[in-house]
This record gives sequence, structure tokens and C-alpha cells, in this order.
Amino acid sequence: MRPVAIVGAGMIPFGRRDDDNLMDLLAYASLNALDDAGLGDKGVDSVYVANMGAGMLNHQMSVASALVDRLSLMPAAAEAIENGPASGASAIKNGLLAVASGYYDVVLVVGGEKMRDVSGWRATDFVASMTHPTAEYIYGITLPGMAGMFTRLYMEKYGVTREHLVQVAIKNQEMGALNPYAHVESRITHEGIVDSWHSRVNNPPVADPLHLYDVCPVSDGAAAVILAPLDMAKKFKKTPVVIAGFGQATDTHSLQERQDPTDLKAVTLASQQALAMAKLTPSDISVAELHDAFTILEIAESEHVGFFPKGQGAQAVIDGKTKLGGQIPINVSGGLKARGHPVGATGVAQVVDLVWQLRHELPEGRQVKNAQTGLSVNFGGFGNNVVSFVLRRGE
Amino acid sequence: MPFDMELESKLRPPELPMVPYPPKLVTLANGRHMVVREITRDEVPRVLEAVRPITTYERDYYDIVASRVYAELLAWYRWRIVNEFCLIAQIDGMLVGLVNSRMLNAKTGMSLHTLTTDRGLRIGSHMFAAKMEHHIEYLNQEEVLIVAESPIGFRRWMIEYGLEPTDIPHELGGAPSYRLSKELYYATKDRLVVGDRPVPPDILAQALDEIIVVDEKTVAEKICGVKGR
Repeated sequence: MRPVAIVGAGMIPFGRRDDDNLMDLLAYASLNALDDAGLGDKGVDSVYVANMGAGMLNHQMSVASALVDRLSLMPAAAEAIENGPASGASAIKNGLLAVASGYYDVVLVVGGEKMRDVSGWRATDFVASMTHPTAEYIYGITLPGMAGMFTRLYMEKYGVTREHLVQVAIKNQEMGALNPYAHVESRITHEGIVDSWHSRVNNPPVADPLHLYDVCPVSDGAAAVILAPLDMAKKFKKTPVVIAGFGQATDTHSLQERQDPTDLKAVTLASQQALAMAKLTPSDISVAELHDAFTILEIAESEHVGFFPKGQGAQAVIDGKTKLGGQIPINVSGGLKARGHPVGATGVAQVVDLVWQLRHELPEGRQVKNAQTGLSVNFGGFGNNVVSFVLRRGE
Repeated sequence: MPFDMELESKLRPPELPMVPYPPKLVTLANGRHMVVREITRDEVPRVLEAVRPITTYERDYYDIVASRVYAELLAWYRWRIVNEFCLIAQIDGMLVGLVNSRMLNAKTGMSLHTLTTDRGLRIGSHMFAAKMEHHIEYLNQEEVLIVAESPIGFRRWMIEYGLEPTDIPHELGGAPSYRLSKELYYATKDRLVVGDRPVPPDILAQALDEIIVVDEKTVAEKICGVKGR
């Protein structure tokens, strides 16, 4: 396998994009990445489109075929990748393998989702459709419901409290307020979501013990990267970012079948594989983007990746270890919590944010000083399909 | 404009006595403090300035709601609708939302509209709650009849309060009314109605001093932009 670099990255602001359809979102993000790489409409060998729900949400299929035509990239190969909320990272992994194998040289990977075409109820049901159809879905489970039960177990086992979750929410919305691509741009305060008795309206329970501000928004958005062999990277205009390692692991579909539902084995395995391939340890990582669809997941994943021992991730948040300037800055982009979670786009957006970090392109207040390595975790289902990358700043 | 007061008196039906709504202070999720207070008839023209541009925003039925609010407040200002009241929300004097409603008779309230210009902070929820609070607790009414004209309104009012569907026509002319009874109000109050009284004098004075209207571009971005939730 030859080394592969990210030579272009692009994103569009996440949020509620009523004036754009799914193809617009995918096209805008792709064009931003192509421009970033200095590529025009020639030279792309293959296109991988990450998308989870165009068929259900937007009544459109074969989105990859539609996109190459929209971008005039024919006769490039094109296919869509659907792997739940891990679709984005899965698409990058497939693009990476295609370049690493030597079969393709330049690959565009774009992830996008247009979720706000449907009501919040339908969006919640759409996401719930990835749960086990006969063991979970038919009983009315939703992802927030699953996350609520997971949180309760985590609280009982590891002493996580609501205060720990609140600190994750405040931190990530603080960072999101600085990120022009983030869906949620408002800061929140402890007074406003906990201390004041008015918080019962501001921050109502969603799925006990999770409250409104523990949950990511439903968003429209897209993000894209251009992959190329590392030895071709100097032909492109930006500092290359090497995909130093990747990993992917799966777990049982139904949460109840896990011996310990608080053990996110697929997160551990995927990140261990990625770190081993990069010949790095968790302490070598400069910055991380973890899949905080719910605040508890940032804490749990930070432990399963190995940044902190089990049961110490929550205290690390309180101690400021996961803030910008801390031991391991996590979700400096605002994470899913503030940037938003257009499901097919998320895994790509995490990598785009890390690319910007490793190129040292972000403004003060968001840039991790001298960042050299980054790690992402894209969490599919409720941890039943997880993809992780380790990125390294190139020469 | 000059008018014949004898004729005018026939066009102005007698009004029911209405006790004023005592202002309150609400802390939002972002930590900012929002004054909720009742406006006087004399303050209506200033509020209309804020509402006028919103009548053209299609997103989330803002055009319909703003157009109706405009007409309802203008009608109140010009004495063509009776027993109406309007509560506004201000942050540092800036208008961020309003509700209007009226007493159909001594026992029944007729909820009209809820309109917010700053989104994502549950200002609409706070304002709707204040409107219900006024009807039930201060105007001492038995019930309020309510309809929603947007899906957001339906989620906020019908679902969050568990309002009772009825077959009673609503003045707005759309779907049949839903009802908030006094019992239902008190059953949900603890969860949905908040605010501190009295409002500190300096904060109240600032709110009373001027209703600051946000510039049109900012409001359009807040309501219709990518971040507009």
C-alpha cells in the first residue's frame, strides 16, 4: 500500500439550508475541496459520496451518479457509501484504499445530508431506522432514548454526573460559536441551562438524564476531501495531511446483546488499529474530533480511545484537559453538538476540521498550537460500526 | 384624522376590564436576561415597525403570522378589536419576540399569535407561557382557545402542553380550537412557566425607555438564514 495524503478539503456552513437541495450541498462542498487542492473539473479518477438517507429524506437515489454529472467530472468512477452515521469516514476509508492500492490517483470523497427537508419527528424516525428492527425499533426506541439509557448506565458505573455533561455542552457550544461552519452559534451558560430555575424551560429533559443541550441538532450540510498518493502531494498547493492510520470495527446490532453496554468495543478497536498503523499512542495525538452526538459520547469515547483511563474522562472535562490548550483538545470545531450532525457528512467534516488544524490554518482561539497529529472517531449506529483515522501533518 | 365621535362610538364596542400583566424577568440559555412586559396601546406603532418587514418572510409561516399580528395590533391601536393585549420580550431593550391575545368574554381567552425574531433560545416557549399565565392567573379566565399556524407552533403548544382538541371554531378561521383549561395550565405550569418578579428597576426602566428594533438585515438572517432554526 502506498501512503495517501489529503490534498484538498472543503466544507459548507452547516445548519438549515432551505434554499439548497442535497445535490447543491454535495456540489458546493466538493467545489470547495477541488478549489482548495487547485483542481478543476479534470483529473479526478473516482468519487465516493457518503450519504445515509437521500432515499428516505429527499426521495433521491444514485446520488454519486448525479453528482459527477453536476460537477462535470465524467467519466470518473462514482459510488455512494451508506454506513449510517459513519458513512463519511467509511467513504474516506474506501477512497483511501483505492488510492493506496495504486488503482486510482486522485479521489474526491464528499459526505452530505439534507435532513431538514422533513419534520423533526421524521428525522428522528429516520435515524432510529438503523436500530435493530425486531429487538429495538418496533418498541419505539430512538437514538436519544438509547443514549439516555447508556448515560444512566455510565453514571452508575463510573460516577458521571449531569455536571460533567453540562461542561461538555458548554465547551462545545463555546467552540461552535467561533466556527463559521457550525450550525449552533450561540454560547450557553451554566446559569441559563442549569442554575436558574428558568432552565426547566430553556433546557428541558429529552431522554432522561439527557436534556436538550446534551443532544446535537438535526442539520443540513456537506464536507469533502481530495485524496492523492503522498508522492504526488507536492503537485498540489496546500500542505499535505497524511492519513497515517485507519481502523474500523463493528459490534452487535442490538445494544442489549452486549456483555457490557457501556463498553464501546468498536471504538476501542478502531482507534487502536488506527494508532497502531500510524505507530502512535493516544498521548502522541495533538487534537481529536470525537463523535459527540450526545454529550456522554464525548466522555465515553475519550476513554475508549485511550486518552484517559476508564472512568476518568468526565473528570478530565472538569479539569479542562479537553479544552483548547488542554492535554488533548477535543472537538475544537464544536463537535457534532455545535457544528451539527448531517449524518452522511459528519465523518468527512471531522477529517476536514482536523486537516485545517494540521495545516495550522485556523484563527487564534480555534487553532491548536503546533498541531502535528489528529484523531477522529466516527460512530455509526450506537457504536456498532466505528471508523477512526489518525492524521499527520505532512512535510 | 377627524372623525365623527358619535358614529365612532358605535364602532368601538365596550371593553371588558383587564388587569395589567406584571412584568417578569426570564434568564435564557445563553445567560442573557429577557424582560417580558405588556405594552400600552401607544407603543403599538413602534412594534409594528418591527413586524412589518417580517410579513414577507415565507420560512416557517412567518409571513402569515406576521401579517396577522400586524393587522391585529393595528386593529387594537385603531380601536377595531376589543380586549386585546400584547406582551413583548426585550433583551437590553431590544425587541426579540411578542405574543398577542384577547378576551373573548370573561371566562374564555382567544389566543392569537406568537412571533419571535431571535431563534433557538426558546423565546417563543417563554412568551406563549406568559400569554397563558396572563389569561389564567391575572385575567382569571377558565380556558384559552388556541390554534397553531405553523408546525413549530403545533409542537410547542399542542404537544408540549398536551392541549385538548375541541370542535370549537377559532377566530383565526383555520383548524378547530385546542383548549388550555385552568386545570391543564396549573398541571403544566411547573414545567413550562417561569420568570422572576419584580423586575429590577434599572432593567425595567431600560425596557420601558425604548423598544429597540433590530435592523431588517439582521432579523432576516436570524429568521431565514442557515443558522435560523
